[in-house]
Amino acid sequence: MSEKLWSQRQSAQWKKNVGLAEMLKGGVIMDVVNAEQARIAEEAGAAAVMALERVPADIRQDGGVARMSDPKMIKEIQEAVSIPVMAKVRIGHIVEAKILQSMEVDFIDESEVLTPADDQYHIYKHDYSVPFVCGCRNLGEALRRIGEGATMIRTKGEAGTGDIIEAVRHMRTLKEGIRKIQNMPNAELMTEAKDLGAPFELLQEIKETGKLPVPNFSAGGVATPADAALMMELGAESVFVGSGIFKSDNPRRRAKAIVEAVTYYDDYKKLAEISEDLGAPMTGINCDDLADNEKFAGRGW
Amino acid sequence: MNKLKIGVLTLQGGFDKHIESLVKLGADVVKVREAVTLESIDGLIIPGGESTTIIRLLKNFNIYDSLRQKIIEGLPVFGTCAGMILLSGGITSHEDQETLKLMNYKVSRNDYGRQIDSFDAELSIKGLDGSPVPAVFIRAPRITEISETVEILSEFEGSPVMVREKNMLAASFHPELTDDIRVHSLFLSMVSS
Repeated sequence: MSEKLWSQRQSAQWKKNVGLAEMLKGGVIMDVVNAEQARIAEEAGAAAVMALERVPADIRQDGGVARMSDPKMIKEIQEAVSIPVMAKVRIGHIVEAKILQSMEVDFIDESEVLTPADDQYHIYKHDYSVPFVCGCRNLGEALRRIGEGATMIRTKGEAGTGDIIEAVRHMRTLKEGIRKIQNMPNAELMTEAKDLGAPFELLQEIKETGKLPVPNFSAGGVATPADAALMMELGAESVFVGSGIFKSDNPRRRAKAIVEAVTYYDDYKKLAEISEDLGAPMTGINCDDLADNEKFAGRGW
Repeated sequence: MNKLKIGVLTLQGGFDKHIESLVKLGADVVKVREAVTLESIDGLIIPGGESTTIIRLLKNFNIYDSLRQKIIEGLPVFGTCAGMILLSGGITSHEDQETLKLMNYKVSRNDYGRQIDSFDAELSIKGLDGSPVPAVFIRAPRITEISETVEILSEFEGSPVMVREKNMLAASFHPELTDDIRVHSLFLSMVSS
């Protein structure tokens, strides 16, 4: 193809933001609810922290509306650690996003874990100078978010359950979608774009490169080092861990172990050592026991 | 000439793009996650990423001492961003954080600001002729103290951004995030000489 790929035609701003996502590869991004947890995460080797008021397991338990966190708490976390600090906004909540941008958070997660603010539209992320990460369950959803300007994608999984099955399903579905495009003749791409509800030019790029134009991380359900390694084995480039660390018996030890498991995800002798004596993981909820309206992953359009 | 075998430290960080740049230059790329792999390479790249994460993994998996020793014995090394922090003699902004203490400069971490302050620049680099080299600075460190034993290859707004000392090369920016492979080829020529 002589014309440039979609990603090559993006702004310098976009490329710089993909650049930060590149720097987070092979790492763990940990949910923290205060400065003390943020310090524990940094000491354990987290590549970044996600500042939020309640971890997903608590959001699930408490019910009600989940919103952007208190800026004071985010600020305290920014002051406590030197690694990148991310924070979540509700899907489509432009003002929460502008507020977090003004606070100079390093990445905004437009997240299904919070209660959506808009039931039709996501944020047009190209309008912001701060980078965004968004969740997806499949290739179409990933490419819609990338088209809107997300510079990192994470498969959703089912946050706050400690059950890995949805994370695995979403990663396998995404990878299968990519493989299908790679093997597709050009003539079929437009109809596939229509069926996926995804930008045609992004399908063209995937056919040529065999991968998403932004880093592809995994989230939602990681509770053990083996879970983290499993997601890396399935093609994740980094792992988000929410409730899995601070809802376990020994967060310090578990956090360090999950960091190590991501780096050595295919070295099983090391994984055995890493997994030793970590205390009990979070109790968790079997995803099959959740009603459809209790699942976060279905949020997003 | 035999193909150069270049290691990329793949503990955490922006290793993929370095691998792509090296492959474009025809190098044989080896991922380094174990001390033993250091024995079989001609040069090593320490990528960007989180320096706090990488230093812990180097220590926890007993790579720190062998890596330091190999570099002292002459293994050519190139550190970008977090890699520059790891090669430094110390961190003025975070004095308790360990480094490899190999090069005679000190850095201040994230000195240009948070991600929103990350920026692009065009640099003129000693030893690289032709058009200016595009450079991406991401939450970059800044060299705050430097000894005369360190050669400054490039400066930006009055601060050194690319430096060399013996077999060691360090940059506060990310040459691997652009399509320009001249900085990597400069490192490869250091390796082969």
